[in-house]
Amino acid sequence: MAPVGPRIELGFKATETGTRAALTDVIGRLRDGGLESTMLGCIEIVLAETLNNIVEHACAGQPDGQVRVRARLTDLYLLVIVVDNGRPYPGNRLPPYAQPAVACELDSLPEGGFGWALIRELTDHVQYRRHRNRNVLTLSIFLERELSRAFCR
Amino acid sequence: MGLKCRVTGDVLVVAVDLSRIDAAIAIQFKEDMRSETQTGPDRVILDLSKVDFIDSSGLGAIVAVRKQLGDARRLDLSGLTPTVKKVFQLTRMDTVFKIFPDLDDAMAATAS
Repeated sequence: MAPVGPRIELGFKATETGTRAALTDVIGRLRDGGLESTMLGCIEIVLAETLNNIVEHACAGQPDGQVRVRARLTDLYLLVIVVDNGRPYPGNRLPPYAQPAVACELDSLPEGGFGWALIRELTDHVQYRRHRNRNVLTLSIFLERELSRAFCR
Repeated sequence: MGLKCRVTGDVLVVAVDLSRIDAAIAIQFKEDMRSETQTGPDRVILDLSKVDFIDSSGLGAIVAVRKQLGDARRLDLSGLTPTVKKVFQLTRMDTVFKIFPDLDDAMAATAS
């Protein structure tokens, strides 16, 4: 598929403020590339959760933690590759899909564990591999389906 | 930090004056909410109409505030913007909170 929008590439330190600046940058450039706000919202959720996971888990306590994001728009998909120099994912694999249960007593309501559920809900494909001591995450988000979903709601 | 609080009748209204509730600010947000809601009316309305974006850390902070208030008190939400609403829907948290389209609706629900 031929790219139809900007190629985006950026690197930043694996911190919460680095993540925030990177998100603003990527979302701004995708907006300039013509994506509408519902779609941008979904993309921002996916990227935020992906980058938060890296900061909070893979690169936690690692002062030299670095993240690189590459993104490309095609007719139908946003393709994103995220690389970090943090620790490998447990078991060298993606966490299994799990939606935290919310039908419970107030005291038991989950305050976390939503990140991967959100990523899985909003992406069509996620792949993880460990390559040269780096985590490589490949995500694709199908633009049209998400648009039609949004219209259905 | 970005919270505007006022008591109207039997309700404490907390309007969030931030465009994002994300990982960079979630802990501070939770602490500020805790101190603002420690005393006051049983019903708290958190107005999110100025918040364009929330991530799972921000969502977790709101859940933590709800739990701190306990069973005897209430935390309702109003004015969810589209992306914030989506996060609540996808995590089923829209079934945990009472969510009103805007603050006026939330206030009107007090009177009835």
